[in-house]
Formats: sequence, structure tokens, C-alpha cells
Amino acid sequence: MATAGNMTDTTGFTVIEGRSAGFYALTAGLAALIAAGLWAAHTMDAEGHRVTGMTNQIVWGIPHVFAVFLIVTASGALNAASLSSVMGRTRYAPYARLSGLLAIALLIGGLAIITLDLGRPDRLVVALTHFNMKSVFAWNVFLYTGFLVLAALYLWTLMERRMSRRTKPVGVVLLVWRLTLTTATGLIFGVLVAREAYDAALMAPLFIAMSLAFGTAAFLLLLIAAFDWTGRSMDDAAVQDLKRMLVVFVTIVVYFVVLFHGVKLYAAGYQGIERFLLVDGGIVTHLFWWGQIAAGSLVPLWLMLWGRTGASRFWITVAATLVLIGGLVQVYVIVIGGQAYPLLIFPGKEIIESSFYDGVVNTYRPSLPETLLALGGVAAALLVVVLSMRILEFLPQSRKSD
Amino acid sequence: MSDGKKILADQSRRRFLAKAGVAVAAGIASGVRIIGFPDARAATDPVTGARRWGMLIDADKCATGCNACVQACDDEHGIKGHGRPQTDAQWIRKVTLRDRASGRETSLPLMCQHCEKPPCVDVCPTGASFRRADGVVLVDKHTCIGCRYCMLACPYKARSFIHEDVTDQKPWSPRGKGTVESCNLCVHRIDEGKGRIPACAEACEREGHRAILFGDLNDPASDIAKARAEQESRELRADLGLNTGVRYQNL
Repeated sequence: MATAGNMTDTTGFTVIEGRSAGFYALTAGLAALIAAGLWAAHTMDAEGHRVTGMTNQIVWGIPHVFAVFLIVTASGALNAASLSSVMGRTRYAPYARLSGLLAIALLIGGLAIITLDLGRPDRLVVALTHFNMKSVFAWNVFLYTGFLVLAALYLWTLMERRMSRRTKPVGVVLLVWRLTLTTATGLIFGVLVAREAYDAALMAPLFIAMSLAFGTAAFLLLLIAAFDWTGRSMDDAAVQDLKRMLVVFVTIVVYFVVLFHGVKLYAAGYQGIERFLLVDGGIVTHLFWWGQIAAGSLVPLWLMLWGRTGASRFWITVAATLVLIGGLVQVYVIVIGGQAYPLLIFPGKEIIESSFYDGVVNTYRPSLPETLLALGGVAAALLVVVLSMRILEFLPQSRKSD
Repeated sequence: MSDGKKILADQSRRRFLAKAGVAVAAGIASGVRIIGFPDARAATDPVTGARRWGMLIDADKCATGCNACVQACDDEHGIKGHGRPQTDAQWIRKVTLRDRASGRETSLPLMCQHCEKPPCVDVCPTGASFRRADGVVLVDKHTCIGCRYCMLACPYKARSFIHEDVTDQKPWSPRGKGTVESCNLCVHRIDEGKGRIPACAEACEREGHRAILFGDLNDPASDIAKARAEQESRELRADLGLNTGVRYQNL
């Protein structure tokens, strides 16, 4: 069985030309979004978070939704790399570089958002020098930076011929690392014992399943865009293979979602939050059923499984896009929905008066600056991908299949 | 004077001198206890776990509509609203409850519960949220990066994020835009060591309600310890096992 390292010897890679009007338009558009995001971050820093829709009730907002989404997707974007370099699936060898690049880029985008949303972004150095090792956040500082280093190392082993025999060991470490990273990302919420919407170890495997699904969808879209927009022909078998993986991963996410809510519904103490999320939570409930479940899970599954659409690259693209939109909605439901529901401080009591919104469902309306910051992070991730492809040899010269 | 009488007189004088010496030595050794206040502790002395500061709140004594504790806290720490209740800081708030079963209404102040095992401290990535050995949970304003994870973790929604510039700060209560803050049990008063109590408890006492009792939970002779021994008190969200320093009676 050929390893990825061997494959790089036989597959020619090249940079993208980057001279078309489309390339300039794309990079200019992304740069403009990043500039808008930086302006937003500056405004939030100078004026304070009062210019956002975040409050003392909804303390994490749209920036965190996008950041968590990007970080989770980053981990899953490595699927092709792991399949190629760890599992020995040579079909993916030509795409391993792109897989590693997308993972790095998405993580950079997510971290940029979360850092610039801090109340004191100027204290980033404090976050990198003071650690409370009981904090899941502190673990994540190591896991995220380690991930970037390992993924860069992985790309080096793919691109440097002399390093090719290191590809598999680095790939194995990277696989273990990203599973740990996504576990810790899920546990950011899983360890919040005070909030009924979280407080579950199941958050970790749920996040891993989400990362596999979102990452595969993002990678599929990048692959199709990169090949189509640069006039490369692409093996349809690879697209079909990724599609089948996506079907499995989306199904696993649905399974965990059903399990998560099903078990909580069983416990009397959690029926309040479950009723809120699933029945009468207003926008959160609508987003859950229509966004996450219908548009983000069932429709793409149907599109991918039904013979006619499942064979069409266009409809597979639509399905992958829906998975990503549904994924973003899912993270929104988790992050915002979990905070919108009031804390249960006084069981058995009705709160009839409070100046601090005790006992009431909290509302959240994202403002322009925080939305621009979030979109700026996405743009940063995409610009890293585009410019890296322009500078380094990430794309195979032509399709390569086993 | 006979020899015998002389010996007795010497012994008596020695006993007197010895007793006087012990008394003086004890006086010097515990110097502050004679001339100062019982809680005196130099500002440079390390905080130890010998004491555990806490509060006992009697909901029966807390008057509905009375906001004296909140006002006192705001004045003490320079907390001023901007007319934006969603983002304005609140270190202490009044909550009125109605029991679902009995319909009985109670009013109480709610603030940081100064847990022995505070979730905010557990989750803080930089260690800015910390618990002193004497039980006071604080935020180090120099290392707080404003991530707000502690606010998500707190079961009592006791913390506020500073959403805009703060002006007219009190020197003893530094605050800063972009950081998180909460009730610090008026730690500057405690550390003065002159028996001063937190502003909210003082205001409540001034109003004649005496609903907030402050003191050392570890000292069996303290008023708070005696009151807790006399009547059962409970902690909020006892199911979480946080062993809060603030407890409630007649809730």
C-alpha cells in the first residue's frame, strides 16, 4: 500500500496562477471583509462591548458562534489528510496538502475572532503566559497552538521530499491531537455544570461528530471550487467518496443530537430547558428544527442519498453548503440557546422581581460590529487558503486517483 | 518581721511580680488585642485559611422594596449605571420570589456566593479568578483578559462584564472596561482589620433590618456562626456541592 509520502513523489503539485480577474476580485473582496472585521474589533475595543448585542445575560454571541464553528470545522477538515497519511487511502494523497491547509486556515480564522472579541485583546500575552491548568480554556491554548504547529509540520513533510517518511508519524500525532482538541472544545460547554443546556460529557463526542461532518463539507466545497475555478479536472470518484463520508458523518451528528436531547428529556430536571429548545424557545426552536434538523441535516442527506441528485456534483455542492449552514445554526442553538434559557437559581420558586433578568428568557440581537468581526474571521480563513495556494504548491497538477 | 513572715512576704512579692510579668508579656505578645480590635491584621500579613469570611442572609428580615444594600454597594465601589440595564454592572441585586407551592413571597439580596469550590475559578484560563485562603473570591484585574467564561460558569449570574468606560473610580475598588467583576465582599474593609463589615451589611444594619450578617464562619464564637448553629440555613444550588460562603435562612 502506498503511503502519502510516496504519493507526493509521483504527484506533481503546483501553485495557482492568480492572474485572473476572478482571483483579484476574490482576494480584494476577502481583504475588504477582513478590513471591516478589524474596524469592528477596533470599535469594540475602543467603545467597549456595549456596541455589540452581547450583554451580561448573553455573554457570548455571534463571534463565539463563528469561532467555535470554524475551530470545530478546522479539526474535521483534516479528514482527507488522516485518510491519506494514517489510513493509507491513496485516493486522498493528492488532496492531503489542501486538507492540512484548510485546517490551519480555519483555525486561524476562529482564533482571530475569539481573540479580537476579548474584553482586553491587548492582554493576549497574559493568556499565553498565565495558565490555570484546571481551565478547559487553558488546555485549548496549548491544543490550538500545538495543532497549528503540528499541521504546519505535517505540510512540511508532504512538501519536502526528504521529510516524506515522517508524514505518517506526524499524521498519526495530528489525528490524535485533533480528536483531543475537539474533545476539549466540546468540553468548554460540557463542564458548565450550572447550565442545563450544557453540563454533559456527551458534548465532546457530539463536537467530534460535528467536526467530521462540517470539516468534510468544507473540504468538499474547497476541493470543488479550487479545481473548477482553476480549470482542473477532478476525479468524480473522489467527490463521491467524500459525499458518502459526509452522509455517514451527518447521520452520526443526528444520532448524537437525538441521544443528547432524548436522555435530557428523560430527566425531570432538564425538561424545562428541553421544552425551551425544542418547543417554545421562539427563534431558537425555529432554528433548531428548520435550520439544524431540516435544512442542515435531512435535506442534505436526502440530496446525497437520492440517486439523481446524489450523482450530481452540483447537488452535492448544495448539500455540503447546507451542512455548513446547518452546522453554523447548530452552534448558534448551542451557544445562544443555552444562554438564553434562564439559570435555575431558586428551584420551586417563581421570580417575580429582579433587576438583573433572573428567571426570564434572554434575548440577543447581534449588532453590526460583532457580525463584521465574525465574517472577518471567515474571510481571514479563506484568504489564508487562497494566498497560500498562490504561494505554495498545494494543488495537484491534474487529478490523481488510485 | 520574723524570718518566717519575711519569707512569706518575699514569696508573695515574687508571685505578684511573676503574675505581672506574665500579664505584661501576654499584653505585648497579643499587643493589638489589648489596644486594637479583635479582627486586626496588618495589611502585609498573609491571608490564611484560619478564617472563612461569609454571610448569612435572613430572608424574613429582608424588606421588600428596600434597596439600601444595593445602593450602599454601588456607592462603595463607584458602580454607576448608564441607563442600560442589560449591560450595566450589578454586584448585588434584590430578587423577590414566590414559592410555587405555598405562594409565600420573600425578598433577598443576591450576589457572589463566595464558593469554596467556585466554578468561575475552575474555568478561568489565566487564573485571574481566584479564591483567597479566607474564602473571598476575587478577580485580578491585571490578568483578566475579558473572555467571560467565568460568567457562563457561575450558577448565580453574579458577575458583570464592563461594557464601557468607567469613570470616578474608587481607589480601593479598581475597575476596568473589558474585564469581569463581582462582589468582592468589600475586601478592602475586611483587610483594614478594624472590624468593619461589607457596605451592604452595614447599610442593612443602619436601616434596622439586620438581614445580612457578616463574619468568620470558622469562629464558633462569632455572631454568624452562632446564628447558623441556632437555625438551619441553606446554600443556593446546594446540589452543585460548592459550599458557598453566603447562606440563606427562611428562604
